[in-house]
Amino acid sequence: MTFPDVIAVGYLVAAVLFILGLKALGRPRTARRGNLLGASGMFVAIAVTLFDRSIVDFRFLALGIAIGALIGALLALKVQMTGMPELVALFNGFGGAASVLVAGATFLEVVDTGAVDGQLAVAVAATVLIGAVTFTGSLVAFGKLRESLRWNGFPGLDFVRALTGVASLALVVAVVAQPDTLGWFWGLVAAGLLLGILGTIAIGGADMPVVIALLNAFSGVAASSTGFVLDNSLLIIAGSLVGASGLVLTQIMCKAMNRSIFDVVFSKAVTVVRGSHDDAYGDGVTSTSAEEVAMLLEVASRVVIVPGYGLAVAQAQHAVRELMTILEGTGAEVVFGIHPVAGRMPGHMNVLLAEAEIDYEHLLEMDRVNPMFAQTDVTIVIGANDVVNPSARDDADSPIAGMPILDVDDSGTVIVIKRSLSPGFAGIPNPLFVADNTLMLFGDGKQAVLDIVAALLEG
Amino acid sequence: MTLLVAITLFALAVFLGLELITKVPATLHTPLMSGSNAISGITLIGALVSAGTDHSTLTTALGVAAVALATINVVGGFLVTDRMLAMFRTRRKRES
Repeated sequence: MTFPDVIAVGYLVAAVLFILGLKALGRPRTARRGNLLGASGMFVAIAVTLFDRSIVDFRFLALGIAIGALIGALLALKVQMTGMPELVALFNGFGGAASVLVAGATFLEVVDTGAVDGQLAVAVAATVLIGAVTFTGSLVAFGKLRESLRWNGFPGLDFVRALTGVASLALVVAVVAQPDTLGWFWGLVAAGLLLGILGTIAIGGADMPVVIALLNAFSGVAASSTGFVLDNSLLIIAGSLVGASGLVLTQIMCKAMNRSIFDVVFSKAVTVVRGSHDDAYGDGVTSTSAEEVAMLLEVASRVVIVPGYGLAVAQAQHAVRELMTILEGTGAEVVFGIHPVAGRMPGHMNVLLAEAEIDYEHLLEMDRVNPMFAQTDVTIVIGANDVVNPSARDDADSPIAGMPILDVDDSGTVIVIKRSLSPGFAGIPNPLFVADNTLMLFGDGKQAVLDIVAALLEG
Repeated sequence: MTLLVAITLFALAVFLGLELITKVPATLHTPLMSGSNAISGITLIGALVSAGTDHSTLTTALGVAAVALATINVVGGFLVTDRMLAMFRTRRKRES
């Protein structure tokens, strides 16, 4: 076999490994193996690429790989499970940036040798635009998730964003029409970077799962598009696979919030009602104590725990695990009801609870847990709000009407652990808090659970 | 590779991706996302060629930066996914 053949066969092997890996990643029992298959595919792809004759200098390659591997490994091993959404956002962004750099380097090289054709110019322009949007969009998402970025845009954002969008498309046309004028190329890079910022800056915390899924899809599309630039089959295949899977996840998230991708990206935010909400509930709120909750739990035979992002913030997953062990010791059945958009990225709650060594059989999806509430004695809601708001189901005029929710109000008693009566991301009052069977336990999520545990152990 | 072949690969891979991912339980959404993200770091192989080609200082510099970023994506993505999945256990596994 010649060198090009070795590379082509290697790419085929890698593509097959990626497909098998993605398939296995979708099943709990095989997921870890799936990830390893994907990693082996990547190893094969890198190894055969080194046979490429146009690589003449390996020193810089080694430098780049060493730096990247060190930073990547440090980030991956140090991150806390609560910080997983930020890390995935960051990785998405790096993928987008790498695509822009590769497409850019190839373009500059081809322009120098004067052999640009229309097809290459189209592919470069598309890659640069998608990659640049992915890069800055992911950095904004990263900043928002870390809550170090609190800027939510400015008046007239929609107009400026539309303008930038149109300008970007015009620059794509310009790059294709006059590839030798590098000004158009650099202009497109700048416009793409700006568009990524403007496109994500107004998006609120509740929409983050959708945004991360969408950026994940974008990073795949950028890689695929880079494949068109380099005429590389493996990039096209792997990038498209990731793009498609990201799209499926985006769709799942949108469905779970009853919003379209359009609503999220153009941030048709659900109407935010500002001001104090403590008054909105009047005297209907019944607050309770950890001791009272413990007494209810002692006689409960089925307990459902509904976690939200507040659980992650309070780092309450280990305390919850302790509570679960004690309750199971008294013979009660304990399960977790997890809304698809609980947390800041798809499946975030599951990862946190897995970290606390809670078996995934105990983590039930919305469709499975909803019919169980009617036979549930006590439901404990920790740091969740909008996903348990009955007005989504009962009030057709509610801003969140139609969003699928967990029907916690069907259960015997609902304990809501919350710092205050402040509204969730949707900014609307929650009638659950004043329901007859709801008891509010005010306090930090972790401390409240630890108090209940202590009361149970004493009693 | 002609443009038509490239587009064929693209279309087939998109459909395959849609089919592969449809029925994933919510429990696996986060690892699936970080794992597939690591796969999108495949740009690395393009970056390797850009960085290794002896054309101009600018293209080499862009290439090396691309190699570093894509390697972060690949190494970090697969590692963190493995770390997460190692925590996902069933009762049977823990008792054994």
